[in-house]
Amino acid sequence: MAVTGLLLAVPAIFLCLFFIYPLQGILRESFFGQGASLSDLSPLVTDPYFAQRAWFTLWEAAASTVLTLLISLPCAYVFARHEFPGKSIVLAIVTVPFVMPTIVVAVAFTALTGPQGVANSALQWLFRLNAPPIALVNTVWIILAAHVFYNFGMAARIIAAGWAGLDERIDDAAKMLGAGRVERFFRVTLPRLRPAILAASSLVFLFCFTSFGVVLVLGGPQFNTIETEIYRETAFLFRLPLAAALALLQLLFTFLVMGVYTHFQARAASTGNVVQRRREHTRGETVFATVVMMAALSVVLVPVGALVERSFHGAAGYTFAFYQALGENVSGRAIFTTPRAAIGHSLGFALLTLACSVPIGTLGAYGALRFKHHGAWVEALLLMPLGVSAITLALGFIITLDRPPLDIRGSWWLLVIAHTLIAYPFVTRAVGVPLRTMDRHLREAARMLGAGPLRVFLTIDLPLIWRSLVVGGVFAFATSMGEFGATLLIARPEWTTLPIAIYRYFGRPGSLNYGEGLAMSVVLMGVTAAGFLVIDRVRVRGLGVF
Amino acid sequence: MWKRFLPFVGAACTLLLVPALSACGSSSNGPETLTVITHSSFSITGSLLKQFETQNNATVKLVPKGDAGAMLTSLILTKNNPEGDVSFGVDNVLLGRAKAAGIFEPYSSPLLSEVPADLQADANGLVTPIDYGYVNFNYDIAALQKEGLPVPQTLEDLTKPIYKGKVVVENPASSSPGVDFLVATVAYFGKDKYLNWWAQMRANGLVVVDGWEAAYNTNFTLHGGAQPIVLSYASSPPYEQMTAKPPRADAPTGNILPPKGAFREIEYAGILKGTKHLALAKKFIDFLLSKQVQEDVPGQMAVYPVNKTAAVPPAFAKFGKIDVPAANVSSAEIAANEQQWIDAWTKTVLQ
Repeated sequence: MAVTGLLLAVPAIFLCLFFIYPLQGILRESFFGQGASLSDLSPLVTDPYFAQRAWFTLWEAAASTVLTLLISLPCAYVFARHEFPGKSIVLAIVTVPFVMPTIVVAVAFTALTGPQGVANSALQWLFRLNAPPIALVNTVWIILAAHVFYNFGMAARIIAAGWAGLDERIDDAAKMLGAGRVERFFRVTLPRLRPAILAASSLVFLFCFTSFGVVLVLGGPQFNTIETEIYRETAFLFRLPLAAALALLQLLFTFLVMGVYTHFQARAASTGNVVQRRREHTRGETVFATVVMMAALSVVLVPVGALVERSFHGAAGYTFAFYQALGENVSGRAIFTTPRAAIGHSLGFALLTLACSVPIGTLGAYGALRFKHHGAWVEALLLMPLGVSAITLALGFIITLDRPPLDIRGSWWLLVIAHTLIAYPFVTRAVGVPLRTMDRHLREAARMLGAGPLRVFLTIDLPLIWRSLVVGGVFAFATSMGEFGATLLIARPEWTTLPIAIYRYFGRPGSLNYGEGLAMSVVLMGVTAAGFLVIDRVRVRGLGVF
Repeated sequence: MWKRFLPFVGAACTLLLVPALSACGSSSNGPETLTVITHSSFSITGSLLKQFETQNNATVKLVPKGDAGAMLTSLILTKNNPEGDVSFGVDNVLLGRAKAAGIFEPYSSPLLSEVPADLQADANGLVTPIDYGYVNFNYDIAALQKEGLPVPQTLEDLTKPIYKGKVVVENPASSSPGVDFLVATVAYFGKDKYLNWWAQMRANGLVVVDGWEAAYNTNFTLHGGAQPIVLSYASSPPYEQMTAKPPRADAPTGNILPPKGAFREIEYAGILKGTKHLALAKKFIDFLLSKQVQEDVPGQMAVYPVNKTAAVPPAFAKFGKIDVPAANVSSAEIAANEQQWIDAWTKTVLQ
């Protein structure tokens, strides 16, 4: 009993040591450090600019979330209820956008929708137009499109994990009682999906709200969010009190959003997860599923395809030159990372992050559940790292973790910790879904029959939560592979990761650097997709396929 | 019964303790280690660095820390326990802030005799100038020709209707070239008139993006964007020619360099206060000013050397000639007025 309590304290200890402690360090330094004065905070109140930014951030996050949900619900249905060859590949492909660095997404979208891009060239040729008809760059639409591109895979998978666990016999009963397909969906399925939908949409909303790279690169300054403001105030305008105040506001907002969502989740009907038997599908259902899958794949593959095409397209036609150049240090740079090294580092950090975040995240989900009345808010506390600004956290690490016993400023463990911090909330959130809807009597029955807590976990809980655990794990892995903001400030060149290497290429002029940046991006996408395929192979014995 | 959980408890404790332990046990008895904190664009030829290491029986650890602004913020916040011994990358726009924070140890290298006086002006022996570049507009030669547009010669030309929607600049509040160019316009047009030019540019469809990577890689027509005129560096055209694949004899882009209409960005290296390797740090700064390294910087970082005796690559002399004077603003003046200029610019151009 005491040991279980100790185990559940692990996420809390982790959070205190590596989140709260660095955060209070940077906040204290910002508000009360040298040269800071509270009058620096006055623009926050006097300048309408900040209120406008906050309002815009809220609006675009809400709009992106709604759009993402609309697209992911049909995909979730197909993932949950249909089996087909190559399904794991499709799952991997729709998850790949999550790790793409934003400069890469920007380049891909430009390759697709830019004035000389594929779409415009095709339309111009088809309709004999003089000027490119599509002009999406630097508009709010491209931000929304990019957010959907990034997040629909995650939302679809979290909802699918919940959907796959729903008992289809209730559906059957409704069918027998005469309910049509649409009525069944809205009155029988959707209410039971609510926990999963809420979990997914809370993550998507938060993601879009704290979106940094997307808005910075694709949108331009008219579309600043709070996150970009924090970066600007910290690194450029050096108004640290203002940056700290904004970071604090963002954290509080995250806490509130997560708490409210979880609270509503907790009130959803408890249904319990069961074994599904394989079902036949009508021709109509199969056609629908095919169309949805093709649409989902196009959303991802069309921009990515444009990017891949560009990476092979030199000034003189198609070539492997950019890929070959990746391994050659032509100018003899002191800081040079071969693709193999970068892949090794990225994978190493991602696997370590996975190994740390799955236990911590799961323990967090269990721990939150122990608080009968305020479990929602405890979970929201555990999810707070999702809302912290990367630069604020990185600076917090640098100024607090620099003396014994926690002198890990120069150690690669710091990077693992930073990645784990922003990765474990995915596991907590994902696992929280089946944990809340699980039939507790099953556990109690097992205890009564003499099983110890570990046995209960392995034989009762695990078969019911493994799908969500795998999804959480996949996104923890993805988060680490794609992490850039904090990594930029903490990483050392000896452990350069793929996103850092990509950024280095795009940060210099020259067609060779541009091409190498594209090539490295394709490598990143390939490696992450392969990683997803491997993780998705995890199956818990005795229970159908997901 | 509870003993079953010991392995898990052990694992959890290890997870938390290992980082502390592993970091503690890293003391080196061999060569001295010099830690150099730079921004992410720093680059130097590996063999040159190795030469320095062998000559001084030292190991040089390069630590890139994001862009120059993020690097400086990090340096200021860790003043009492610096992460390194030397820093490279503070430029003349950031220098005022760095001076006020008191993070540098003064040092005047003997090699400064080979550096022109005007490049040393703001440094005053606190930091050492290592390289400089011009921030100005680049244009895509083929794109302008295709649209039948003449090459703009002056900044005023850019407000003409023929260039409507064809110019992209970076936001001064979040981009180093952005703020550099803003300062140049203040000097070029005068404190009272620079906002008029920006207002005219806004009316002429000026596109503003947040960073150089976005502007150059997605907005510039060279990479499939819509704007043939981009705010970049005078060294970008020669760099494009030098790294073109397949090789080409001329540069695909050109520079727009009206006299006093560009900004000269000078990058400095400085010894951080509190360093335990002062002598080695001084030698490193001398090393950065040496002819060999100075001749290395154009190819590695697309910048110009400060050392008079260093030769620039032929492509730089041909396609990146900077024989016009740049806008003249002191770093003290920039530090004092930067915030106000950026605020005024934001109101005029964005709001």
